[in-house]
Amino acid sequence: MSKVMEPGVQSAAPSGQVGRPVKRLESAAKVTGRAEYIHNLELPGMLRAKVVRSTVAHARIRGIDTSAAKALPGVYDVITAEDILKVIPDPYYGPAFHDQPILAIDKVRHVGEPVAVVLATDVHVADQATDLVEVEYEELEPVFHEVEAYKSQTAIVHDVIRPAGTFADLKSLQPRNKTNVAMEYHLRNGDVDAAFAKADYVFEHTFRSQQVNHLPLEPTVTVAQLTDTGNLLIHTSSQSPSFVRIEVARLLGWPENKVRVRTAYLGGGFGAKLYIKLEALVAALALITQRPVRLSLTMEEQFYTITRHAATVTIRTGVTKDGRIVARDCKTWWNGGAYADIGPRVTQKSGFTAAGPYDIEAVSLDSYAVYTNLPPAGALRGFGIPQLVWAYESQADIIARELGMDPLEFRRKNILRNGRPHATGTILEDAGTVEVLEELARKMNWDQPFDRGSGTIRRGRGIAIGVKAAVSPTTSVAFVNLYSDGSCGVYCGTVDMGQGSDTAMAQIAADVLGLRAEDVRIIHPDTEVTPYDMATLGSRSTFHMGNAVRLAAEDAKQKIVAMCAEQTGFDPAALVVRDGGVATPDGSFFTFGAILAKRHGMQAGNVLGVGSYFPYYEKPNPETGMSEHITPYWMVGGTGVEVEVDMETGKVHITRLVTVGDCGKAINPGIVRRQLSGASFMQMGFTLFEEMVFDEGQVVNASMADYKIPGFWDLPDINEVSIVEVPHRNGPFGAKGIGETGSLGLSPAVANAIYDAIGVRIYETPLTPEKVLKALREKQGQGWEDA
Amino acid sequence: MAEYRTIRFRLNGRPVELAVQPHENLVEALRRGFQMYSVRESCGQGLCGCCTVYVNGKAVSGCLYLAALVDGCDVQTAEGLGTLQQLSPVQEAFIECEGFQCGFCTPGMIMMATQLLQENPNPTDEEIKHYMSGNLCRCAAYPEIIAAVHRAAEKLRASKETDAKADQAATVAG
Repeated sequence: MSKVMEPGVQSAAPSGQVGRPVKRLESAAKVTGRAEYIHNLELPGMLRAKVVRSTVAHARIRGIDTSAAKALPGVYDVITAEDILKVIPDPYYGPAFHDQPILAIDKVRHVGEPVAVVLATDVHVADQATDLVEVEYEELEPVFHEVEAYKSQTAIVHDVIRPAGTFADLKSLQPRNKTNVAMEYHLRNGDVDAAFAKADYVFEHTFRSQQVNHLPLEPTVTVAQLTDTGNLLIHTSSQSPSFVRIEVARLLGWPENKVRVRTAYLGGGFGAKLYIKLEALVAALALITQRPVRLSLTMEEQFYTITRHAATVTIRTGVTKDGRIVARDCKTWWNGGAYADIGPRVTQKSGFTAAGPYDIEAVSLDSYAVYTNLPPAGALRGFGIPQLVWAYESQADIIARELGMDPLEFRRKNILRNGRPHATGTILEDAGTVEVLEELARKMNWDQPFDRGSGTIRRGRGIAIGVKAAVSPTTSVAFVNLYSDGSCGVYCGTVDMGQGSDTAMAQIAADVLGLRAEDVRIIHPDTEVTPYDMATLGSRSTFHMGNAVRLAAEDAKQKIVAMCAEQTGFDPAALVVRDGGVATPDGSFFTFGAILAKRHGMQAGNVLGVGSYFPYYEKPNPETGMSEHITPYWMVGGTGVEVEVDMETGKVHITRLVTVGDCGKAINPGIVRRQLSGASFMQMGFTLFEEMVFDEGQVVNASMADYKIPGFWDLPDINEVSIVEVPHRNGPFGAKGIGETGSLGLSPAVANAIYDAIGVRIYETPLTPEKVLKALREKQGQGWEDA
Repeated sequence: MAEYRTIRFRLNGRPVELAVQPHENLVEALRRGFQMYSVRESCGQGLCGCCTVYVNGKAVSGCLYLAALVDGCDVQTAEGLGTLQQLSPVQEAFIECEGFQCGFCTPGMIMMATQLLQENPNPTDEEIKHYMSGNLCRCAAYPEIIAAVHRAAEKLRASKETDAKADQAATVAG
């Protein structure tokens, strides 16, 4: 049995700031339009960059003619890979593989790949000049579907595959050269063949998820400049400033201290602004031109920069007559597009959860990251988990119905409970699997009769539950600074992209230091002043950075208490920190500022607290893929929906949506609710209508006119959010991450509700009226063509 | 390079002038000339509402509106609705109801909500959805935004009643 307690000071009970429904600290800045985004940044003498992009999916570059573009009045320069190579001799970057060239070298691997850049002070001139750059291609055989690419021996996207080794969890990933398999992960737990032999029934289905896009409303933007000493200063809408610094420094062969990366508020991220996106290119342009350079993507360009993996999941499950799952074998092919980005992490981290939140005797999992000639895929709110939950929770319903069992009872029977080993071998601890399922059942009134409608409008309901392992191992470091007057600043690299992290971190620091959250200032990520943080991703910040901030605040508290003890002669243990100061047993009260003033003889000095958090982790066994400590905590989310299906049009309308998530402890209940509900609506778009449509690798709907995201009219009639709190022993005040939890269960819940309403099963998202109607007509024995 | 032409207009109540190129849109001109950063280009097609500006009191998509066309007009941005020190009732309501997450679409949402409440002081959910459907929020804070519009409507009605009572009192006193 695992009983890892993290080292360091244990969380005390909250003292009033944690759990308080504090309004976001930046509220007034956001409603007045004053909030700072890198989108707003313009620098004197700045050049604007526009990218010339590949028009073909897979080709050798025969030549690039920039002369006509250079001749256009107002054009400063046109840059190709040849120019990049002069400042960065090995210009390949990426978090998992160093496979992505800053500008295409010799070959292009997807439509939209950057081939050249035009620079001008007037962005319209730069834009116009991109049309004048002539690129000659020799086209190669492209490959687009992940399963075809997995098998292909002729269309090979990368001749050589180059692992990066930057992140500890990805060091063991081995690519297969001369194939399109970037990375594969296998898990073997128990004797799967023997377990299948015991099963009374075996079910096998294949489910597919389509490629979709993050589309943050602030398009990705980077501005880079040289400092007076020739160092680089990069302002960027990044979720991972520490990683950008490490990667740019690596590319240049510079020490980290010559590269400064800063961010502001992000106008949404959702994974689109992770790792390294425009930064290497813009840094190179600033070095080449010795001038500040800005590159801001258009909405169209966002579709070609990073996407969410399309995935094919084949899942085989053995069950006994009484509804016990005894064996599961799941194979997943992830469509990674032309560059790995963080696909290998998706492949591994999601791969190992493919058995679902169920207690299964024997499990076999295979997960493949596959290169194709589509735009790269990376992390999008859930790191691949929603694509897997789509498969295993759709199948859970199919099995339950085949066995004549209630879908809820089937899940109750198989749910993985705390104290039992997950398929990876890690014991489930402090995870709200049962609590989320039961809350979902309660909110859905599952034991009550349900009106299934009549005539052309039929009604149905469905549930689904998913589990995600937090990414591990990752590090967060924070500083807490008490200034000379006793006011407080928190220095942390967590990027507030709308999830409310500034407010949550302020609440944690304030709780420890006896301050009001509103009086704590959060210093935004700037590698010059804020310490290392792995990244703002995967719902890791509340747990990891929350712990670092808590430890830093405890450190500062201990130091100011020691100072006061020295000044007053009381035992430090007898002193109480509250209301921005220290109370002594004789009834005196000294503000932090007064304590510092006494020490320095005037208003002067600082008290600096440092906190560093790095949870325990054991990398998976290379043979079995198993580990006793695969993750520091689990996220559990459940979704229930009630739908109306129009039998004549196939249109699905969600009348009621219930989102349930386990957050351990809600640091800020309002923000937790909004995160759950926001993730749920985003996933609703991916479930019902969002889809990148390709023609020979070109996105034919790369605009908001043609790619619809959820709007006001897509809201369900009734929207309910329920917070479950199963405290985690190592979480700050028991808290776990919640940013992705709401996205886990929605897709299969809707498909299950559609089945409940009209008796047809859809195996591929999005669940468009066309697909529903086609399935309905097939079921009715009617052709589709004459519809 | 296209020719610049100087246009004169009122911006948030004050007379201003700016040399603009014929192809320059209102978002570019307001940001370049006056640092009106509440006006944001996102979709670039007039579909997301992040660039919402009033021209002569009517909301338009700044990304589709040529700057040259506001010559002689009255232009208002979210900066003109309220300040950090004195928020408008609609801005207050958005904070109270937590009607935003990342905040990028927020000024546009507030501009549309403000105009809606001028035309319809007591809108239903359906009317709010209909009126605001040209504004998108990728964080999907829609339920909170609808709540914020209702809250703002209450605030505006309450302040109108107060004003009316004050007027009545003044009339009686007079």
